Amino acid sequence: MSDHEYTPSSKFGKWFNDRLPLLTLANHLTDYPTPKNLNYWWTFGGILTFCLITQIVTGLVLAMHYIAHADMAFSSVEHIMRDVNYGWLLRYVHANGASMFFLAVYIHIFRSLFYGSYKSPREIIWILGIIIYLLMMAAAFMGYVLPWGQMSFWGATVITNLFSAIPLVGESITTWLWGGYSVDNPTLTRFFTLHYLIPFLILGLVVLHIWALHVPGNNNPVGIDIKKPSKDTVPFHPYIVIKDAFALLMFCIVFALFVFYQPNILGHADNYIEADPLVTPAHIVPEWYLLPFYAILRSVPDKLMGVVAMLSAILILAALPWLDTSKVRSAVFRPLFRQFYWILVADVLILGYVGAMPAEGLYLLIARVATAYYFAHFLIILPVLGWKEKTTPLPLSITEPVLGGSPNLAAARSDEKIEKTIK
Amino acid sequence: MSKLKNIFFVLIFSIIALNSSNSAEKSPPFLETKWTFKGLFGKFDRASLQRGYQVYTEVCASCHSMKYLSYRNLAETGGPEFSEAEAKAIAASFEVTDGPDSTGEMFVRPAKLSDKFVMPYANEQEAKAANGGAYPPDMSVLVKARKGGADYIYSLLLGYSEPPEGVELDDGVYYNKYMYGNKIKMPAPLSDDLIEYTDGTKATAEQMSKDVTNFLMWSAEPHLEQRHKTGFRVIAYLIILTVLVYFSMKKIWSRVESKV
Repeated sequence: MSDHEYTPSSKFGKWFNDRLPLLTLANHLTDYPTPKNLNYWWTFGGILTFCLITQIVTGLVLAMHYIAHADMAFSSVEHIMRDVNYGWLLRYVHANGASMFFLAVYIHIFRSLFYGSYKSPREIIWILGIIIYLLMMAAAFMGYVLPWGQMSFWGATVITNLFSAIPLVGESITTWLWGGYSVDNPTLTRFFTLHYLIPFLILGLVVLHIWALHVPGNNNPVGIDIKKPSKDTVPFHPYIVIKDAFALLMFCIVFALFVFYQPNILGHADNYIEADPLVTPAHIVPEWYLLPFYAILRSVPDKLMGVVAMLSAILILAALPWLDTSKVRSAVFRPLFRQFYWILVADVLILGYVGAMPAEGLYLLIARVATAYYFAHFLIILPVLGWKEKTTPLPLSITEPVLGGSPNLAAARSDEKIEKTIK
Repeated sequence: MSKLKNIFFVLIFSIIALNSSNSAEKSPPFLETKWTFKGLFGKFDRASLQRGYQVYTEVCASCHSMKYLSYRNLAETGGPEFSEAEAKAIAASFEVTDGPDSTGEMFVRPAKLSDKFVMPYANEQEAKAANGGAYPPDMSVLVKARKGGADYIYSLLLGYSEPPEGVELDDGVYYNKYMYGNKIKMPAPLSDDLIEYTDGTKATAEQMSKDVTNFLMWSAEPHLEQRHKTGFRVIAYLIILTVLVYFSMKKIWSRVESKV
């Protein structure tokens, strides 16, 4: 939080601000001291906010035309695609928006992993992020069910059936979730309701996520604590705002390429076949963003243990701030960790790949090795690295990147300008 | 570090290569043909769409429904663009049951532009009974419902042949090298000069396959042309804006000694 007190200049502003300090909040957001060395990996927070808003706005309009009924859902989607003004655009933005949202969130998460943004004092931000991610997966899964195509129906059947693995009460829970004895109309209507609700829960959590971020301030590529405000920081506006805007526009170009030129490439052809409970598709696969977890699920021979492994794969992330025992945040100063980080990235990509393949032969073997490695990374490698690894020396500040290096005269000169801007 | 990255990429690419060689064994590559609707400015070939409709209505429509299409769609921009009079005449050549009228009776009348395409069968059961137990799928979104899209449909229509040695086929089952499992219950639907095109184009099997696939692509993506046109404008706008924002960013950040 900014240290200085803010007083609105106008009389009315002061009167209003004394009663509801919105102007103080606006001032805080504008002046919010941000490390000036943030790279483009840091722009994905803003991009994610954009994704969430896009999904909510397009989703609201789609919900005005969609009919949540097993007999009408599929044709109502076709009605949107054919007869609603710009319905095709709304639906393609919403459907591809989900993929773009996950693309951005994965970059955001892996940025955090690389620069150690989950470490003290940012554990709560990180855990809130994990909850948001879990809710995103729930929202995306339920959203995929709504068009009531073949993949919708059978995806819903496979995922809800996972709950039947719970001992004793599993079957009852599954029936309760379905609202019947199979995935049917009651399942569709409740999924629609929840799909509508979850984004607003996410929105609330995003506010908390940002609030929690504004207490310690941003981590940065060097990963050291900085004084705020200081010569190491710039005010959020206009510096970070313009940079985020630039990155967001680049992101939107990629987004638009998908929406306008390859709108169905990330989906599955089977979902343009209306749901048929009597015909099972040859391969039931989830959307690409859930594939690594699907691979983990299938790599365990026992159903219950598979579900446990899949859930643990996500929940283990919540314990990450305590599993990673190293005091140094940024991978820039952790030569060994950096290598294991890239192996983990490869491991997750491999899991995603085998998740899309049939669970047999070599694929299954690869999935098992990759699953084992995934858990080993968090449970063995990270705790051990913390006390074994010899980290390289940390700089004292951002403006002095290497300890004992010659002072950067140019940087020093510009600092005066920054201080002026801060004032 | 860089060594690790190399290993990582080699691993990924080798898996992809391994897989694509696997899947190549399963089904042959699709027949190649030039689609006008592909690409940045892709548009439908209007004459081909009109011929495609003719193929659909004279051949496919005896078994396959297109329940999401209305006769009015035939006259809409971005589609076959029949004139309104032509579309009305097409609609009027079909009969639909309407009602009840003021006396409570159902009655039959010629179809109007606002009517949906008339279905060949009353229901799925009747369709199955008439087709040896196989349900001829609705063709409204068929192109999007098949992996490979237009290329797949085009290849399938031309992919019939005698079964290879050792493949036994039941009665009413045909061999098609592009079909999943190579067995299909639809007999080869198109053969040279099966129909006579009203525009005088020679009706070869290839020509008809291409025309009807074009038509099916349009029916699956009726707003494709508008999408491409809007897409180009949106992306051009975004690129210009991105460049402007880039220079603004450079200017603003020139006040601090930090790279962006």
